[in-house]
Amino acid sequence: MNHISAGDTAWLLAATALVMLMTPGLGLFYGGMVRRKNVLSMIALSFIAYAIVSVQWIVYGYSISFGPDIHGIIGSLKYLLLFGFYHKVIGDVPALIYVAFQLVFAAITLAIVTSACAERIKLSAFLLFGLLWTTFVYDPIAHWVWGGGWLSKLGALDFAGGTVVHISSGFGALALALAIGKRRGFGEYNMEPHNIPMTLLGAALLWFGWFGFNAGSAVAANASAANAFLVTNTAAAVAGLSWMFASWIKEGKPGSLGFVSGAVAGLVAITPAAGYVNVSGAIAIGIVVGVLCYNMMLFRIRKGLDESLDAWAVHGMGGLWGAIATGIFATRAVSQYTGLIYGNFHQFIVQILAASASVAYAFVVTFIIAKFVDAVVGLRVSEEEEYVGLDISQHGETAYT
Amino acid sequence: MKKIEAIIRSEKFEDVKKALESKGIIAMTVTEVRGRGEQKGITLQFRGRTMEVDLLSKIKIEIVVDDSKVDTVVKTIVDSARTGKFGDGKIFIIPVEKSIRVRTGEIEK
Repeated sequence: MNHISAGDTAWLLAATALVMLMTPGLGLFYGGMVRRKNVLSMIALSFIAYAIVSVQWIVYGYSISFGPDIHGIIGSLKYLLLFGFYHKVIGDVPALIYVAFQLVFAAITLAIVTSACAERIKLSAFLLFGLLWTTFVYDPIAHWVWGGGWLSKLGALDFAGGTVVHISSGFGALALALAIGKRRGFGEYNMEPHNIPMTLLGAALLWFGWFGFNAGSAVAANASAANAFLVTNTAAAVAGLSWMFASWIKEGKPGSLGFVSGAVAGLVAITPAAGYVNVSGAIAIGIVVGVLCYNMMLFRIRKGLDESLDAWAVHGMGGLWGAIATGIFATRAVSQYTGLIYGNFHQFIVQILAASASVAYAFVVTFIIAKFVDAVVGLRVSEEEEYVGLDISQHGETAYT
Repeated sequence: MKKIEAIIRSEKFEDVKKALESKGIIAMTVTEVRGRGEQKGITLQFRGRTMEVDLLSKIKIEIVVDDSKVDTVVKTIVDSARTGKFGDGKIFIIPVEKSIRVRTGEIEK
């Protein structure tokens, strides 16, 4: 049995709890942006996503993601139900906390996808979709990048999940939005956020939890974790300001919603890079991502695409930029890996290749799963259920009386 | 002088407001209300059981205008708030005795 480091283990336990809080936080972030008749449904979807993955992960999700590699494609079922894991050690932490840390990542990834089906998905359809999605989209990509699969053999860098979490959920959301169709009245009626303070609170919880997400991904309490912690904060702050200024110039007034959307975009973009770039890299990543994601959101609206809460614009495109930016700004000052600024063209190309493969895989497989669920149980609620809102029609509750 | 009280679909409010504005009707008082019409809300068939949502959220707009403008206001609201389905709402027209501007005490009849 390997040596267990108390310090590293303590940090990973805490980091896991921090990341857990991000999923309900995301529920509040999304919940504030929907109409008042759907707020409970929106928050509940995050909780339910968390629960589905919590069970799936310990039964077989961890095993197919991190189990012994089969041809670089998927892990085996050897770790089914984590049999014999009590005494196992990974690095210098107990394997069980490593499993839990990876679990909370898988959970929030599914929750991010709920953006695309806001205010119109049938709860029963989401249960089926969620289980299939985490199994056939998240788990394979996690295996490719982190579990010893083909992308990790290629040398693709993804410190905390720019590809695995954000590209997969963002482009998955895009495919789901296309499969499920627009909300009734989208583009005709006013669908303004009903409670912006709730969204701001959700963003605060995301920002807070993200320290566990990125600094925890060092899987140690060391200098790499400290670097990840600081660059995470830097990118979030810079991107919040960058989105704010971009929208200030374009719309005449900088909204609070725009600021936090920018901050989340910054958190997304720094995620793959957190262990490889320093603060100057983080500033550059943040400036670009704020302007980029803001314009992607405008583009999405112009195209009349109802990917309702912008998981694609923020997580998909932000994650794509982060993955590529890792190949640009990776510096020897932080780790042994280098990017384009050191003339390492190879790393840059590998990053683009890994990101593109994940974009294509997540989009195509999500679309197939969504169409399958639609054919089996129907993705959408009826017109009348949508009209009265999902809180009443799916849960029999109202948020505000 | 008449008061026009219109109960409309919440999601149509922005359209109605814009339409009224384009006709020069700016002043209004708006309230979020809940109510039902002759259909007694909506009945949902949900997995074999029936669920009644008997009060739906609506928007109430109150506008006080000179008699000569009543027809324009009513037509504008009807045109901009209509979807053709149950639940489009209703408009009531009520006579107003006089109005007093608080700032100046000016009385209008």
